[in-house]
Amino acid sequence: MDLALLSVNELIELYRRKEIKGSEINRTFLERIYKYKDLNAFVSVFDEVENCNEENYLPPVAVKDNICIANKNVTCCSKILKDFISPYDAFVIERLRNKGALFLGKTNMDEFAMGSSTENSVFGPTLNPWDKTKVPGGSSGGSAASVAAGLAPWALGSDTGGSIRQPASFCGVVGLKPTYGVVSRRGLVAFASSLDQIGPITRTVKDAAIMMDIIAGHDAFDSTSSTKTLPQLSTVPEHELKGLKIGLPEEYFIEGIDAEVKTLVMKTVKLLEDAGCIIEKISLPNSRFAVDVYYIIAPAEASSNLSRFDGIRYGYRSSKQEAKKDLKLLYTYSRSEGFGPEVKRRILIGTYVLSKGYYDAYYLKAQKVRSLIRKDFDDAFKKVDIILTPVSPTPAFGIGERVEDPLKMYLSDIFTISVNLAGVPAISIPCGLTSKKLPVGVQFIGKHFSEPLIISTGLAYEKLRGKFPLAV
Amino acid sequence: MAITREDVIYTARLARIALSEEEIEKFTVQLDRIIEFIDKLKEADVKGVEPMTEALGEKNRVRKDIQLKSFDRETILRTAPDRDDNFFKVPPVIEDK
Repeated sequence: MDLALLSVNELIELYRRKEIKGSEINRTFLERIYKYKDLNAFVSVFDEVENCNEENYLPPVAVKDNICIANKNVTCCSKILKDFISPYDAFVIERLRNKGALFLGKTNMDEFAMGSSTENSVFGPTLNPWDKTKVPGGSSGGSAASVAAGLAPWALGSDTGGSIRQPASFCGVVGLKPTYGVVSRRGLVAFASSLDQIGPITRTVKDAAIMMDIIAGHDAFDSTSSTKTLPQLSTVPEHELKGLKIGLPEEYFIEGIDAEVKTLVMKTVKLLEDAGCIIEKISLPNSRFAVDVYYIIAPAEASSNLSRFDGIRYGYRSSKQEAKKDLKLLYTYSRSEGFGPEVKRRILIGTYVLSKGYYDAYYLKAQKVRSLIRKDFDDAFKKVDIILTPVSPTPAFGIGERVEDPLKMYLSDIFTISVNLAGVPAISIPCGLTSKKLPVGVQFIGKHFSEPLIISTGLAYEKLRGKFPLAV
Repeated sequence: MAITREDVIYTARLARIALSEEEIEKFTVQLDRIIEFIDKLKEADVKGVEPMTEALGEKNRVRKDIQLKSFDRETILRTAPDRDDNFFKVPPVIEDK
């Protein structure tokens, strides 16, 4: 029996029946991390994961490197935080620790979660375990690749515009972006605070539900943490598909979407229809503005959030002579030397759209259109239970292919960002492989706090689809 | 051209980022394309629409003003790039006359 191929749910069962020790499970994954080092999925590995508590045990977790673990590096894969050691545990880490989980290491990502390919990392790109010439998606590419390659049974990612769901789709694993406010952001390095959410990357929908039961919940130290709590998700049964209303937004099945992606997603629709689901065409008319709104709001919030990196209290400080004598130059050189190109680009966009004379035309306008985007979803959910879309217009693209064309890179998130803007939950589930053996994901979107419905529908779909292979 | 070279230099100064000549050229082209793209937003009709500032419609919450356990000084200062005893060390901001 290869432990690395089992789901977390299966591992927990084996451990409970005392057929296997926690330390054996942990060692299996640790060994595989070293064996598949060429994927560059991890940027730090914690060998002490072998010494687990056998009384209170949960399978070990891979953690995206923008989530704080006490006394460990949290680099955001940026030069500016490369040597920073977190003095505290993030809320989600605290919760997992209490349940007996240890952490395998920190996973690679696009610098400050800005990117869709895990190429913008100071540690170099992560390779897609299905095809090492392709990107794993991003920004949680290291987490998705590690779960797909059996280097970790499950992982934490963060999703600001698709950063959990798009890499999950590219790597053939499950990724859940919870309702905004359901998981505390305390200890997640802020990118765009009105959009950021932590969520699970797993092999199965059931595993995502198990993780959510542990990490969801109110936190008084995150002022946007919701006071509304979710019911237990891991015990939610499969949804009865007969009569379930699924909406297909016409704006999401556009020209330009890869033919194989479209075929695989439509096959999923057919499968659900044959199982008794009622398929309805719907419209999300303002989704055509989603990329525009996102690339105003996210960089605006980022330019403000990232102003804290000034070389004074923590992080990188320039060692240039001039910076030693002049505070302004100290800020400027520390930031210029510490941030990579994509982060600089977004800080500049954000600063520009917030600057005098442009604020109303860009930022305020974007916030108003964001209201319209949310209203589109509210209206749609009066007619249907679930909205089904592709996760990304294409399967994993080649390493280096889009690096020089930021706009093209931004468009790979076209189907995921509306979800963050509206604050609703969505899950990415693998639905098939292309002729070149690259995974493709389907996205189920629900209304605010509809995680139980998303999970139960996901479970039912997974059963229809059958077992999905791992990358190795 | 939506974005000029001067816009990029000015914006970078606001953001406290110094750009090389090569970066200025590259960012001018790239930012121009991005801003031109997001200009599509002008077509959206937002008459009477309120701006959305957060996702759930929850009101701002404030915590009670009570003393809680915090980090000790050493824990925080340990992360400083430069320090002098119990202080963060920075270049002089007030000139000697």
